[in-house]
Amino acid sequence: MAIVGYLVRRILTGIVVVWLVATAAFFLFFARPVITVARELAGRAATPQVITEVISNLGLNQPIMTQYWHFLDGLLHGDLGYSYYTQESVNTILKQDLPPTISLVIGGTILWLVAGLSVGIISATKARSLFDRVSSVAVLVGLSMPVFVIGELLILVVFLPLNEHGITWIDTGYSGPTSGLSSFFGHMLLPWITLAAVQAAVYTRLSRGQLLDTLGEDYIRTARAKGLSERRVLFRHAVRAALTPVVSQLGVDVGQLLGGVVVVEIVFGLGGVGQASVEAVEQDNLPVIIGFVIIAAVFVVLANLVVDMLYAALDPRVRIT
Amino acid sequence: MSTTFHEIDLEVEPAISRIEGRSQWQLTWRRLRTDRVSMIALGVIVVMILLAILAPAVAALTGHPPNMAYPITGENAAGNPVGPFTNGFILGTDSTGRDLLVRILYGARISLFVGVVTTFIASVLGVAIGLMAGYFGGIIDTVLARFTDAVLAFPYVVLAIALAVVFGPSLTIIMIIITFFSWAGIARIVRGQTLSIKEKEYIEAARSLGAGPFRIMFFDILPNLLAPVLVVATLYIPQAVVFEATLSFLGLGVQPPTASWGNMLADASNFYTVAWWYVVFPAAALLITTLAFNLLGDGIRDAMDPRTERLLAARRLRRKNRKRKGAGGIAGTGPGPDFPDPVRIGQIP
Repeated sequence: MAIVGYLVRRILTGIVVVWLVATAAFFLFFARPVITVARELAGRAATPQVITEVISNLGLNQPIMTQYWHFLDGLLHGDLGYSYYTQESVNTILKQDLPPTISLVIGGTILWLVAGLSVGIISATKARSLFDRVSSVAVLVGLSMPVFVIGELLILVVFLPLNEHGITWIDTGYSGPTSGLSSFFGHMLLPWITLAAVQAAVYTRLSRGQLLDTLGEDYIRTARAKGLSERRVLFRHAVRAALTPVVSQLGVDVGQLLGGVVVVEIVFGLGGVGQASVEAVEQDNLPVIIGFVIIAAVFVVLANLVVDMLYAALDPRVRIT
Repeated sequence: MSTTFHEIDLEVEPAISRIEGRSQWQLTWRRLRTDRVSMIALGVIVVMILLAILAPAVAALTGHPPNMAYPITGENAAGNPVGPFTNGFILGTDSTGRDLLVRILYGARISLFVGVVTTFIASVLGVAIGLMAGYFGGIIDTVLARFTDAVLAFPYVVLAIALAVVFGPSLTIIMIIITFFSWAGIARIVRGQTLSIKEKEYIEAARSLGAGPFRIMFFDILPNLLAPVLVVATLYIPQAVVFEATLSFLGLGVQPPTASWGNMLADASNFYTVAWWYVVFPAAALLITTLAFNLLGDGIRDAMDPRTERLLAARRLRRKNRKRKGAGGIAGTGPGPDFPDPVRIGQIP
């Protein structure tokens, strides 16, 4: 089966990519003087002796290649090391911080694609209508807004007034789906909208333009001439062809989504991987940073694999080989 | 006899001047000028730039330097910011009792400077790399195009955070970061255009005349790339402005007390309930600026698209038709269903 070979090859290249990214992160952060971390850990009144001790405890006095070797060895065994500050295992930290991030990414992506594509398709089929004009303006406003501004404005005009009037369903912070679905949705609604807004604008625009071009093709006229219903022409013939460039754009945007995740988590205080990684970077907490970088790389690799499979499923001209 | 010749001359001359060729730029400007939205956007940008330049003058006029805190007049009894039009603060004050209007204008200087300068450098880099990848092809293209794709797909905010922390946050560092993540999109477009232009006959002619690769790239291909690059660059400026604001919001960009829209909005998030103006005015300044650049970029793209001419002609025809119908004309006159819908000719992006 061609597909098995393809998957194996993609996963192997994916592993190489993750290794490269992890290595790059490792050397980027080790280029910094380790003494700052040690001084931070040892406290203000630490003697040089204590600092040396802290450095050797953390294994930071070993030659860099030895440290790198330890790091790779741990990585192969699924051990990402321990936080410099709390001595917690990075695996545990990741396990704690992943649920809000995954909830945010999945819900936000669904909302982004559904909103972006449906508005784009309606706008294209009803070009120059009132709906089209209003959505075009909304798209431009969305494109012009930084994620954090959308988040802050949503808090200002939705969350605060509702809270003032005793409606506390919509809330900031994170509440897992296991502790009540209703509360989960209440906590995630605004973050989802925030994450989806900018991306949805891009996709509305893209899908509208692509669909308009496709609807002008001769084969659409042929399909109509055959007497197919307009719905069939639109969804079976036009949308499918128009979506392929949209899907290839998706591969590029998956990485950028992570940036949005960081900002949304901070604005709404969700406490996920993004928020924690910013904190870890500020504290020079190297093992934690690299753990997050690896997670991000794995996510981008997997998402790109899914996008490419989707691409092949949509466009019969694309073969997986 | 001589008079007839003279008459003919008189008749011919205006005809010749009427079909005198216009350059692409003249045509674009003519079309752009008829687009009301683009002209308003251009006006807003010009006003914004003027305000940014005049920020020190406004500060002098209000008597409030940008970093001067006014704990007595600028804060209320609870130590919170005062609202618009209070104690001579036109847009109110921020968390430490500084004049919000003056700080927003100083923030505009940073935003516009970062947006324009990084986009310019990124355009130069993107054009150079895209040109080389597209023109030389082969291994050079493979390496450069892969690198471009890698930069495009990278979670840039994550790397930006890391770089800003490693090198210490400063205006220079964030400008380098923004440039680093901006050239790739331009390079990709330039590469695609170069691939198609280099197959044209006039390039072959230039080569047969003995022109070297750099002469062909920069004198024969480059002028034909300027139009798409201008459009993309106009649309990149607002992205750079947003990027700077995001980094400053995360505390990794412009450092307080220097005013930036991003770090103002980050600080404002602690004062939602007591000072709505502290969130709304910097956000509005940011939104108006980026929206204006986006609208102008769209307008320039439409104006450069030769299909727009047909679109406008079709629109004029339809309007005429509608008027005729309104005056009680016979149904079915004018463009019927056979007349191609302008939208099918060319998309309105």
